This record gives sequence, structure tokens and C-alpha cells, in this order.
Amino acid sequence: MMPSQTDLTAARTTGSAVESGTGDTAEAPAADQAAGALRAGAGGTWQALRHDVGAMLGLGYIVLVTLVAIFAPVLTSISGWTPYEFDQTAIDPNLGGMPIGPWGGMGAEHWLGVEPGSGRDIFARIVYGARVSMSIALSATALTTVLGVSLGLVAGYFGGRVDLVISRIMDFLMAFPALIFMIAVLSALPASNRSGLLVVVISVFGWPYLARIVRGQTMSLAQREFVEAARAAGASGTRIVFREILPNLRSTIIVMSTLAVPGYIGTEAGLSFLGVGVVPPAPSWGQMIAASVKWYAVDPAYFVVPGVCLFLLVLSFTVLGDRLRAVVDAQEGR
Amino acid sequence: MTTETPSEALLQVRDLTVTFATPRGPLDAVRSLDLDLEPGGALGIVGESGSGKSMTSLAIMGLQPRAARRTGSVRLRGQELVGMSEAELRRVRGDRVAMVFQDPLSSLNPYYTVGLQIEEAYRAHRPGVTRREAHKVAIAALERVHIRDAAVRVNHYPHQFSGGMRQRVMIAMALSTEPELLIADEPTTALDVTVQAQILDLLQEIRHETGTGLVLITHDLAVVSEITDHIVVMKDGVCVERGAVEQIFTSPQHPYTQALLDAVPRIDDEIGELRAVAPSATPTNGGPA
Repeated sequence: MMPSQTDLTAARTTGSAVESGTGDTAEAPAADQAAGALRAGAGGTWQALRHDVGAMLGLGYIVLVTLVAIFAPVLTSISGWTPYEFDQTAIDPNLGGMPIGPWGGMGAEHWLGVEPGSGRDIFARIVYGARVSMSIALSATALTTVLGVSLGLVAGYFGGRVDLVISRIMDFLMAFPALIFMIAVLSALPASNRSGLLVVVISVFGWPYLARIVRGQTMSLAQREFVEAARAAGASGTRIVFREILPNLRSTIIVMSTLAVPGYIGTEAGLSFLGVGVVPPAPSWGQMIAASVKWYAVDPAYFVVPGVCLFLLVLSFTVLGDRLRAVVDAQEGR
Repeated sequence: MTTETPSEALLQVRDLTVTFATPRGPLDAVRSLDLDLEPGGALGIVGESGSGKSMTSLAIMGLQPRAARRTGSVRLRGQELVGMSEAELRRVRGDRVAMVFQDPLSSLNPYYTVGLQIEEAYRAHRPGVTRREAHKVAIAALERVHIRDAAVRVNHYPHQFSGGMRQRVMIAMALSTEPELLIADEPTTALDVTVQAQILDLLQEIRHETGTGLVLITHDLAVVSEITDHIVVMKDGVCVERGAVEQIFTSPQHPYTQALLDAVPRIDDEIGELRAVAPSATPTNGGPA
């Protein structure tokens, strides 16, 4: 999860995500009884979530966006326009490039209208933009989860000097003005493969938020007798960490990762909005919002479409993560 | 006394000392302890909380906390365990020396079925054993500790077992590798009295059937008297008295042993309590300066 200042378009949701992170830290000592109820496992969690309307709507929208992103080429071949094609017939040069027709030129030809000025198809750009948003947010989440979990486990289980070093690095990264640093790094570095760079930069500043919680829970799990019993049965340190402790952290990791995704989506959109994200002409939702700002008074639809898509995606992940956390907490509190 | 090592001794502990470095100077949790156990024998270590009995059992396996230092000699069939590398110790633990802990719920990982845990413990020491073979071993181990429907129960999670049953699972897991020595650290403390008796009977039975040596650690003299031949009484990290069970029970030499015996509830007796023993009655520990 990113610090809230790195988040521009989704400040509210990220704020709540950060809050929930702190809550989990405080609850870390209670992880003791937590492990007790975990084997109920995915089945029980799914059963509880299935009847939650909010979580299911969120999940539905996430699945929809994921499918759209995966099948983007198919969808654009059906709609007939690629994200890079200029359609001069859809804009009116006499009105400074305003789309012809109501609602930004929405109609049978261009389903979600066209970009003012260039006449590029908004539907195609949204569909391809979903690819960028989802792939960057999910890769960044995967990378932060791997980093956060492994470093948190190592710090929590081995303690001592290792813990000291890792904890100080976490303190440093969390106190660092990450957004300013990201803008500086991204604008200084060459523009090739911006997406990969975005993932790395976001992850470097994101992992401590998960690692901190994993570390706390690991410390409490390491005190439990089954760890001692495993040691007495001849298990090595690595084995204990990955086979005994890690599975008991499963629900924490799932919840924290789900709650981290909307933060990263927002961060990517924010950086693209600021012009240091994905390089044009590759479409991205944040970039489309940035481009629409100049036109909002005359062509509000151009602003609304990517805005709503982004808002719903962030909201969906946040609601899903939040409900997931409530379910898991309830299971652990049993 | 420390030099000769009769090879027939299963466990020979000489001058075992576990020292913690505290801000106020070194503190001995266990000090100059000697223990002897013949193959198939049973030794009871008795003492109150903080007497160093659990630390002794951990130190035998080299599992003392990182902050502690272990000195002296621990020989398992003549093989010195003190100073052994961690990798070598891991091969001894669980294979040749197994341990059963006090709380059978928290000693089992809630995430895995009991069968999987027994299989993993077994396969860790028997490389090359297939899952299928290990599964059979797990079922046989559960059958040996008299768990009914072992073939079904093997796929259950720890929370689906009662306290006594969980302790049987722990014993089954410890015995799956056919260890030479079983260390049971307060195996019955978390259980109620009738279940206690069943577990003690089981330990006794297993000892007779398999010839596994047993070190039983407890604060309860009634428990040791049932299944061990020799008793070591510990207080403040030192051994205050040792001897055969009958000897300890009929003619305790040390006032602390006497006090412990008086604290054992008897059905025909008035209620007694563990009397305080004057500090001078025990050899004083190094302690904080």
C-alpha cells in the first residue's frame, strides 16, 4: 500500500486503506488466536463473501475489467477502431476539433465517443488503458507482496541484527517523500519501458507496509509451541519459516494485497496524470483524465468516461478488500 | 566421573550448565546437572516452575534459547551432542530423540491435517520415502496410540481432536521415527485427571513395547511415581536429590523433596500445601550479583 500522499485521484480510498493497515499492526499480537481458526480456509471465506452484495459487485467489476483488458484486441476489432486511429470525420474542425454529435460523439460508430482534437476512439483507448492500469497495479502488488512477505518473515523470525537492519530500511522508506522521489526518478530516466519502471518504483516504496505487519505476526507465531515442536522434530529455520509460519499468514497476506491494489491503481493514474507515467500514445486512464482537463467545460463526456472507470475500479478493490478483512477477522475472532 | 562413557548408557549428561547473560551478570538456569539413563529406562525430572527442568530438556536437544550458553556434556549412546553443528543436531532431533510438549493444541500446526504433520516429520528424517508410504506410517502411528478409525482421523485437523487425543497425536508423531529417547515435557499438565491416566498408561505401554527410553518432566510427583524408575529432583537449576522412586518416596533426604511429597494430594490425607523451604536448604545459584 502506498502512502496517501502518492495518491492523487483516489485519495479517499487510499486513506482508508492506510488506516486499515495501522489497525492490523495493532492487532498483530492477537495473531496468536488468529492461527487457530485459519484452517477453515478458503471455503469458509468464500461462503461468507458470497452473500455480501458489495463484495460481489466489486468482484464482478474487477473480473469485467480484467476480461476487458485481456481481450482488448478482440473488443477493438468488434468496435472497429484501434486506440491509435485518427477519425477526422468524427470531429468538427470549425469548432476547434469538437466531436460531432451529443455526449462527445457517442453513437453506433464510436461507442464511448471520440477524443476532441484527434478523433481517436475512446472505447478503444479505455479498453487498452485497462490493460495498462491492471497490469501495472497487479505486477506492483505481486512484487510488493513477495518483497514484503519475505523480508517481514525474515525480520520477524530471525530477529536480532537482521531485524534491526530491515526495520530501519522500512522506517526510512516509509518516512521518505515517495511521490516527489518517484516524479524525479521517472522524469530523469529514459522513457523506454516506463511500465516496468513504474512497477519497480511503486514496489520499492510499497513493501514496508506489508512487511511491517508480517513481521509482527511472525514474531507472535514464532513463540507458539508448534514452532518449538517443529524445531524439536529437526526442522531447519527455512523450513519453519516457509512451511510452519507462512501458511498461517495466508489470510493476512490476501487481505493486505487486495487492499494494496487500489492504491497502486491510483498511483499509476496519478503519475500518468502528472506526465511521468505511461508514455503517449500508449493509452492509460490517468493520462486520458489529464488530457480531458482542457476540454471539461465543452466536452464533459471525455472526462467522465475514464474518471468513472477508474473510480469504480478503485472502489471495487477497496470494498472487496475491506469485506474480505471483515470476514477473516470474524473467523479469527471465533 | 566425566571421562568414562559406558557405551551402553542411552543418555549420559555430565555437568550440564545453561547460562544466560543478563545485564546483572550471568545467571545459571541449569547448573552442573548429571543425568543417566539406560536403554529402555525411564527417568523423572521433578521440580516446581522455574526449577530448570524444561530448560534441561531443551538443552539436551540443543534447543536452548539463543541468548543462553550450554556447557558440559550430553552423550547419546556415547555420541557427544554438545558442540555438534546445527545441521548434525537437526538429524538427531526428531529422529533419535523426540519430544512431546505440554500443550497439545498449540504444538500442532492448525493449518495442516494431523496426518500431513506426522508424514512431514517422518519424511524429514527418511529421505526417499514416498507420500504414500509416509501416509501408511502416519496411520500406523495413530493406531499405535489407540486412535480409533485412524485411516479417517489421519485427514482431520488438530481442532477436530479433543485435548487427550491431540496429545496422543503428538506422541504418535514423536514415535513415528522410532526414536531411542522420548522426552516428555509436562505431557499431562494440560489434561484432566482421567485423560492424564490414559496418557501415562500409553507412555508406559509404548516404553515396554518399543524399548524407547523416556525422560518425563513434571511438577507432579504422582505422575512420575507411576511410570519412572528413577527420579531427579530439581530446584533453582540444581539437582537436590536423586534416586530410585521407592527410595525418594519412602525416605526423602532433602527438605524440598519432603515438601514436594507433602504437597501430593492424597485421598486419605488432610490437604497440605507446598511449604516454603528456607533458601539455605538448597545450594545457592549464581544468580544476579
